[in-house]
Amino acid sequence: MGQAFDEIWGQGGPDNPRDDLAALARWMREVPSHELKRRLQSAEATFRQLGITFAVYGDSEAAERIIPFDIVPRVFKADEWARLSKGLVQRTQAINAFLDDIYGERRILKAGVLPPDLIFGNSQFRPEIAGIRPPHGVWAHICGIDLVRTGPDEFFVLEDNARTPSGVSYMLENREAMIRLCPELFRNFRVAAVDSYPDLLLETMRSVAPPGAGAHPNCVVLTPGHFNSAYYEHSFLADSMGIELVEPADLVVDGDVVWMQTIAGRVRVDVIYRRIDDDYIDPVVFRPDSLLGVPGLIAAYRAGNVALVNAPGNGIADDKAIYSYMPEIVKFYSESEPLLPNVETWRCREPDALKYVLDHLDEVVVKLVDGSGGYGMLVGPTASKAEIENFRRALIAEPQRYIAQPTLALSTVPTLTEKGLSPRHVDFRPFVLTGANKVQVVPGGLTRVALKEGSLVVNSSQGGGTKDSFVLMDDRPAQTQTMGGMTQSQGGR
Amino acid sequence: MRLSVQHETRYRFTEPQARIVQLLRLFPGDTSHQTVVNWRIDVDCDARLRESIDGYGNLTRMLYAEGPVETLCLTVTGEALLSESDGAIEATDEPFPPELFRRVTPLTRADDAIAMLATGSDLAAMTALAAAIHGRWSLDRRPTPAIRSAIEAAADDRVSPRDMAQIFVAAARAKGVPARYVSGYSLSGDDERRTLAPHAWAEAHVAGGWFAFDPAVGGRSGLDHIRVAVALDAAGAAPIAGVRMGAGEEVLDVDVHVEGSEQA
Repeated sequence: MGQAFDEIWGQGGPDNPRDDLAALARWMREVPSHELKRRLQSAEATFRQLGITFAVYGDSEAAERIIPFDIVPRVFKADEWARLSKGLVQRTQAINAFLDDIYGERRILKAGVLPPDLIFGNSQFRPEIAGIRPPHGVWAHICGIDLVRTGPDEFFVLEDNARTPSGVSYMLENREAMIRLCPELFRNFRVAAVDSYPDLLLETMRSVAPPGAGAHPNCVVLTPGHFNSAYYEHSFLADSMGIELVEPADLVVDGDVVWMQTIAGRVRVDVIYRRIDDDYIDPVVFRPDSLLGVPGLIAAYRAGNVALVNAPGNGIADDKAIYSYMPEIVKFYSESEPLLPNVETWRCREPDALKYVLDHLDEVVVKLVDGSGGYGMLVGPTASKAEIENFRRALIAEPQRYIAQPTLALSTVPTLTEKGLSPRHVDFRPFVLTGANKVQVVPGGLTRVALKEGSLVVNSSQGGGTKDSFVLMDDRPAQTQTMGGMTQSQGGR
Repeated sequence: MRLSVQHETRYRFTEPQARIVQLLRLFPGDTSHQTVVNWRIDVDCDARLRESIDGYGNLTRMLYAEGPVETLCLTVTGEALLSESDGAIEATDEPFPPELFRRVTPLTRADDAIAMLATGSDLAAMTALAAAIHGRWSLDRRPTPAIRSAIEAAADDRVSPRDMAQIFVAAARAKGVPARYVSGYSLSGDDERRTLAPHAWAEAHVAGGWFAFDPAVGGRSGLDHIRVAVALDAAGAAPIAGVRMGAGEEVLDVDVHVEGSEQA
């Protein structure tokens, strides 16, 4: 692993930042650390007040924490963003085409692009919903595609989240905090706004309403309830879209139509942004022990009377076992080369791959095929001997449960630490919305940062934090002043 | 042969229920050897029924009953013509290729003991598997509402037709043979008094086609089975999957009144 690319400082360090980002580097130099720290604490106090917390699994002591926030934004230049967006649109269109095909004609299997086994043997391929075509043929309305970066234009997809990706509330709240605490940045840089996200999401939902829903389809957000770790986000989104937040008990299905029970009586529901996993969404079809579901929901969906955002069954598109075939999948449906590459992946179920991984455990990242949140993960270069030996045993016992990837030199972004600003590794989750007629990439996203020096694990459950993600609208700073007008200078280019 | 069925499922609740939603897989489809002459379902309370087809191609009805519901009785009345068959199942609606039915589900995992029941992967081996299950466990036809896994069932001495079917499916898949669970009706009892009762068996894809095997009788199934629904396991083909909204207990009297008749 070589020297990591720093997204602001480049390879040159604080005094020799990347072209176009000199003004930001100067801002970082000129605002004293204690002032940055004050602003950061103010932001975190707000998040705590709002209740933006997450539950840490396996940590009963600290059931709810806020995700640490960092005050230094991560920045995408306009041209970088334009290229990245193209790749995201291509990938998302391919994911939707794949889902439409795999639950329909299965052309991709007939063409021999994927081993049939990979689909039919995978529990994420849901026979229960085969034969259903969602309204307007859209499956993954909201995709949160996780990326890592190793150079100015070198992005790799780490994971395609096509089920119910979360995190968008951080994008919005982080931005709000930044505007309040660092207003000078928004005067000095033309930062694309992200606050239209709720409007775009609502527009997306309305666009996929079933035919016959009329001009004003009734859209709701369905949450499992306040005990869910992402409840804040559910209520935040419903609130910002101005639509109802409902729990399963608020919905009834009658005659294959979904109704919301209100004080004034029943109101028909046309589109549901559901934040309940497939397994729990309808106890009549999926897990019968689910208390979170809406009985009959899948029947209403099959009858074409309601749109589910995202569609059930999407897990087959973002499953880790499918991931390694995504380049072929993108190529098949887009009929062009994938713009966004995957991270090279060894499938440990394949003997040659397993041998390679076992021989290079101190270099690779090993992941559970069905794991998430950074659990069941080995980061070879930073792992102890004992951890490596534990994984070796686990891999030999059940190789099919694991994949491995090279440890990439993940990009860094300057981050406020106890010792001042210091580079920390980041990843990125942009949000892509797909409606009936268009695919839109929101100019921003969720940047996760590994706060521990040298750490590559950005998961919030493993000590990661978040940053705001600026997308610059053009590459020239609007003005080149710093520090809220205190200092004026002609810099940049 | 013409088989007619009248089959009641009666639910009683200790307290009135606000709503009941059920997914019914109680309607057989036509196959090369099975022609449904007429088939209907009656519900004894105010309910809406909606017709559909599930992902496996099974004919379904959704039942929505508004409360207060204290009892609910579903009556299936139907008639089907069955023709001679050696177990081969043809002309069915097949939305999936056989490969899907190699997938192991939590209910159809095989341990070593189950895997060893199958000695091969051809038609003869599958017929022998049905016989082996028939010989190994004693059959208990009393209705059992709770579905258990093949491994749980195999630890018992007395098992239901559903258990036997799942053990068959688990053992066949352990040999790489696509196999699936079937729910329906079959004639049972001795020659004196034969009745048509809800039943479960299995199908395996061998020799280029689907064949039906009934471990409860220890061989291939033929003339006396009305095939209703198929799925990866018993949960996916359950004749009735339902949810009730309301307090109190549920008392289920399944199959209180079953009639079968056969005419040549």
